[in-house]
Amino acid sequence: MAEAHPVGFQWVMEAKRRGAKVFHVDPRFTRTSALADSYLPIRAGTDIALLGGVVRYILDNELDFREYVVAYTNAATIVTEEYADTEDIHGLFSGFNDDNATYDQASWRYQGHSQNQTTRDSETQRETAAGLENESHGAPVGGETERDETLQHPRCVYQILKRHFARYTPEMVERVCGIPQEKFFELARAWTENSGRDRTGMLVYSVGWTQHSVGVQYIRTGAIIQLLLGNVGRPGGGVMALRGHASIQGSTDIPTLFNLLPGYLPMPHHANHPTLDEWVDSIAHPGQKGFWGNARTYGVNLLKAYWGDAATADNDYCYGYLPRMTGDHGTYQQVLDMIDGKLKGYFLLGQNPAVGSAHGRAQRLGMANLDWLVVRDLFMIESATFWQNAPEIETGEIAPERCRTEVFFLPAASHVEKEGTFTQTQRLLQWREKAVEPPGDARSELWFFYHLGRVIRERLATSTKPRDRALLDLAWDYPTHGPTDEPSAEAVLREINGYDVATGRPLASFTEMKDDGSTVGGCWIYTGVYADGVNQAARRKPGSEQSLVAPEWGWAWPANRRILYNRASADPDGNPWSERKRYVWWDADKSEWTGYDVPDFEKTKPPSYRPAHDASGVAGIAGDDPFILQGDGKGWLYAPTGVLDGPMPTHYEPVESPVRNPLYRQQANPTRKVYTHPINTLNPSPPQEHSQVFPYVFTVSRLTEHHTAGGMSRTVSPLAELQPEMFVEVSPELAALRGLSHLGWAHLVTSRAAVEAKVLVTDRVTPLRVDGRIIHQVWLPYHFGYEGLVTGDSANDLFGITLDPNVLIQESKVGTCDVRPGRRPRGQDLVDLVVDYRRRSGNLVHRYPPMVTTDVADSSSDQEA
Amino acid sequence: MPHANALYGPLDPAPDAGYENPPPRMGFFTDTSVCIGCKACEVACKEWNGVPESGLDLLGMSYDNTGALTANSWRHVAFVEQPRSAGWATPAFAGDPDGPAISPVTAAAGARTSTDTGTDPGLDTGSPAVAARMSGGPEFLGMPGAQPPGRGSGAEGRTDFRWLMMSDVCKHCTHAACLDVCPTGSLFRTEFGTVVVQEDICNGCGYCISACPYGVIDQRKDDGRAWKCTLCYDRLGVGMTPACAQACPTESIQYGELDELRERAAARVAKLHERGVPEARLYGHDPNDGVGGDGAFFLLLDEPEVYGLPPDPIVTTRDLPAMWRRAGLAAMTMAVAAAVAFLGRRP
Amino acid sequence: MGVRSWFEGWPVYRQLTGTDPLGRGAAAKSDGSRALTARTDTADSVARSVCPYCAVGCGQRVFVKDGRVSQIEGDPDSPISRGRLCPKGSASKSLVTSPLRQTTVRYRRPYGTEWEDLDLDTALNMIADRVLAARDETWEDVDAEGRPLNRTLGISSLGGATLDNEENYLIKKLFTAMGALQIENQARI
Repeated sequence: MAEAHPVGFQWVMEAKRRGAKVFHVDPRFTRTSALADSYLPIRAGTDIALLGGVVRYILDNELDFREYVVAYTNAATIVTEEYADTEDIHGLFSGFNDDNATYDQASWRYQGHSQNQTTRDSETQRETAAGLENESHGAPVGGETERDETLQHPRCVYQILKRHFARYTPEMVERVCGIPQEKFFELARAWTENSGRDRTGMLVYSVGWTQHSVGVQYIRTGAIIQLLLGNVGRPGGGVMALRGHASIQGSTDIPTLFNLLPGYLPMPHHANHPTLDEWVDSIAHPGQKGFWGNARTYGVNLLKAYWGDAATADNDYCYGYLPRMTGDHGTYQQVLDMIDGKLKGYFLLGQNPAVGSAHGRAQRLGMANLDWLVVRDLFMIESATFWQNAPEIETGEIAPERCRTEVFFLPAASHVEKEGTFTQTQRLLQWREKAVEPPGDARSELWFFYHLGRVIRERLATSTKPRDRALLDLAWDYPTHGPTDEPSAEAVLREINGYDVATGRPLASFTEMKDDGSTVGGCWIYTGVYADGVNQAARRKPGSEQSLVAPEWGWAWPANRRILYNRASADPDGNPWSERKRYVWWDADKSEWTGYDVPDFEKTKPPSYRPAHDASGVAGIAGDDPFILQGDGKGWLYAPTGVLDGPMPTHYEPVESPVRNPLYRQQANPTRKVYTHPINTLNPSPPQEHSQVFPYVFTVSRLTEHHTAGGMSRTVSPLAELQPEMFVEVSPELAALRGLSHLGWAHLVTSRAAVEAKVLVTDRVTPLRVDGRIIHQVWLPYHFGYEGLVTGDSANDLFGITLDPNVLIQESKVGTCDVRPGRRPRGQDLVDLVVDYRRRSGNLVHRYPPMVTTDVADSSSDQEA
Repeated sequence: MPHANALYGPLDPAPDAGYENPPPRMGFFTDTSVCIGCKACEVACKEWNGVPESGLDLLGMSYDNTGALTANSWRHVAFVEQPRSAGWATPAFAGDPDGPAISPVTAAAGARTSTDTGTDPGLDTGSPAVAARMSGGPEFLGMPGAQPPGRGSGAEGRTDFRWLMMSDVCKHCTHAACLDVCPTGSLFRTEFGTVVVQEDICNGCGYCISACPYGVIDQRKDDGRAWKCTLCYDRLGVGMTPACAQACPTESIQYGELDELRERAAARVAKLHERGVPEARLYGHDPNDGVGGDGAFFLLLDEPEVYGLPPDPIVTTRDLPAMWRRAGLAAMTMAVAAAVAFLGRRP
Repeated sequence: MGVRSWFEGWPVYRQLTGTDPLGRGAAAKSDGSRALTARTDTADSVARSVCPYCAVGCGQRVFVKDGRVSQIEGDPDSPISRGRLCPKGSASKSLVTSPLRQTTVRYRRPYGTEWEDLDLDTALNMIADRVLAARDETWEDVDAEGRPLNRTLGISSLGGATLDNEENYLIKKLFTAMGALQIENQARI
């Protein structure tokens, strides 16, 4: 956190000053570790084993916050008899289908539920990254559940959890992660001792956690601990994601993502969502509790915002205009399609995949095989000059005179040359004022896309083709101003917020939205940002003149709430759990929820409220159900549906690992998304043969001095000089083993690429003892490329492409490699080197690691023998 | 009349420099115990003061690629890797299968590659011996890189580790030798008690450079003039905080009235001692030290040399009066001798 | 300037007649130093902004003089950042005023070996042509069972995490209306 989010880290220092104890878990000792009270070096890719150990520690010692757990989580809920655990099936859950490597989630369901309420099978959910829809709400599940609040029923979630994590002992943590037991106990003790009525503990992760083949389950494990300890919905608690781009949260809320529409509405699927009704019902799930009962309203308001007057009840609000997904249309599928010649045109908008995405060579070869490419950026980035300067020029794989891709480089306006909102990592929208005009031809994306749309619509004005109706009927009449005809960002924000069609009055809350076409709203979760016609995101009442919650600085979705699910900061009766942790509570005199924050609950629904037996939607949420966007109103320790790789997290080895999974016969995530494509070669891992060809673990991350793929830092002199060269950090032990010298050169080899770097031998990197072996790890920054003031090989070139099944994010935080002294070869010699490694690892014919390895009982640690 | 302590000893420098009713003396207290080594100070300084690039070299001194305070780096963050206990933290590598520490060797290897900072004399961070001290390990004796790192003597595996970071800056001494030797009046004392080079006066003679006991002030190669931290004199004038302190995320760099900062620093040291960090100490805070106390002083977690600071800096003009007296005496003796000789020739 | 004021401006005169007999302070102050003031103080305008790097969302104040950014620093009013910035945020002025920034359209024709210049309006129209052509060539009306698809898989886009919500909104709206599904950003990476 000190490394990549230094200004956020001031609050950790503030907490430290008040006596908080800080633990830092990381494969390498970073600037964060330097200030932490305890640093735990960990083998990359084993966090679930460590956190699973903490879950077991909590349950074994009954250190959970029992009152919170019983009332607010699904610990008491009973699961069907059909459920079978990883304990029973060598690391698989019940319902695994070998044919398509997915789970039928039916056997995971709650007792008494006839089936889980999803209209999409697991394979479709994986292909469409359906897990992302759950960023604002839980997966669909019936609200009525059978419960045993004594937590004794053998099939209640509490007992299932206990059994599932039983083998995550401190010894096992040590064997898997390489973390000595004393260190583990120190962490587990501190975490549990600092949670409860009077105290809360916080879990902070950076989004490297998402870049694993089990990334979603990493975060699930953290959430389980926080729920067990009562650290969710309370001040000083929570699971905090440190996201790495100024508005990456905003670009998920108002998604430039293939599978989502604004507000986490799914992009329609051709088979599952042929009509508006089916689409809406698949989201709302009749009978389900919570605010998603109003999905029709949110959907209709979006369609009205898109197609305005053309969208009417008679034509299902132009639902038919929406394009349909048939499967995976994600960025990595796109790149493989580019290589295969299926894609014609590609826009890059402030993004540099030649350096920033996994498997850089695939990215560059893909771009070299397009009809046209539009790059919009501040600087001439690698993704714009691949035809000139890519490493593949040297190897002859790309030659300018044979590369047909037509490239348009359009300069972009910087953040001070346009106005608009960023949504930062805590869902806070902040409006930026425009300071100066952009230079020369530089323009905002708002300008580019508004005018591109305008030109396209002019071209099609006389078209009679049905396919062009969606463009011609589009509500695309934004006011423009200034010398460049810049569209009004404020007008767009007003449309995002929503308004009453008849009067034009901006909506104050999404509860004012109607499903009859009388209101418009482009992103329901953002409704309120323009309440009263005021740009609430532009509010800047100084922090020093407000409470610590600072509700009048910017605007947070939803409804300006700063802590989600904050009803949980009060006990079931509505009183604060303790004076120290008072945040939101029930004011019995006024009969309303009150507190320091906007209560994340219906304002006047008393704690004693109990829904009628058949109540659904918001009415189905009881007065003591804080998790109002979950189908059963509870925090999920166990996910009966919606998480494709299991109802509970399980440690699987990274797809590329030098060790056999010590916990189960099942080696890697059996449901991971695999691309079998000639360019996507993977290093072998146990139980496959030849994994020793790539004996070392490598991981990559950021440096304070640089930003992502370097497009905004290697181009900036005062940053470039602070970290001027690509380097690799190695331990003294590995340096001795491989003959590397400090400040000398080394190169790393995988079955995709060889990358060179200067060597930093440092005590900050340590070998680890894993399952009786010494495992060496190396670390690299991923900021370097071939353009800018400072250049170097790109670490992301080393990775292959394997994705998490829930959200289709690639595993690019851990892989295996060889490390050799000296510079890498050039030209054909470089190709030959990589091919030779592939040959030695038996991968010249493409063999992908088996999805299921439960029949291989060769694990030295097989507890199940 | 000049103050009795005008060149040495405790002194409030602004009144001594002719300011009537000056504002309180302002300065920096840099608390290295909360520094996260982010280098925001280095960048914020460059952005505000328009300081040019100082080289694109990987120095191998841990994460320090700036190397030293120079004409083109008015803030410099030092990184010191040490196989020593951090005091407050659990030993970082306890229980891990690792060998002896390498930090003395890597620090020395890094030091040998560091580029000429242009600072001469001053403390030479480029010396392997100093680098070995910085690493806090055993005194480094051999040639760096003579054997592959890690093939050491087979000593105990490393368990303790700490990573010290410190943002260094011009000390704005009470007795600033750079100022005292400046023949053009380019270097002057401001009403805030700080020491500033006036770029419209400096003629690049370079006297100040050899005078600085810390090796801070430096000549810019392309324009020949001397440059260093101004403590953002232009910002102070309008009541603003210097750019580095304004940016510092963790309040490691604190700006304020020197008297108040000294109190705050003493309290912080006491607190750290209480929390099991006995090695916490102040540096440059004492008005009785060799430079009359620094306007920019530090809380360190190790000996000053470890951070590349001189342990006992003394203003190089301390002996100026005595020297003048001796020089005067010598001159007079010469004159008398000459006169005698001259007179003596008379028959 | 009269001779008298010129003479009185002479540092040695000030040193000999003033309170600074050693000429180390008040007497040595140059005209430049006397005229010095913080450029933030003389800015024509200040825009309240947000750092463009990571997602912490630190407040920035952007000072403008003569139509150019003269300084960017932390906004002390921000309850998130309290006026502080990391090295990247602190380098924001260098970012937006960098001499390396491209400010004109560049064009590389198929099989070309050099960049060429192109007028912005021409580029916009050429891109519109190519979007429409790619869309026509790859349009899919229905699937094999006759269910609607309404889409093109011939066009894709990557980027958005560094852009404004309003921009992402228009990007998604336009691409969706043209049937382009393959719209992605860093959140997938």
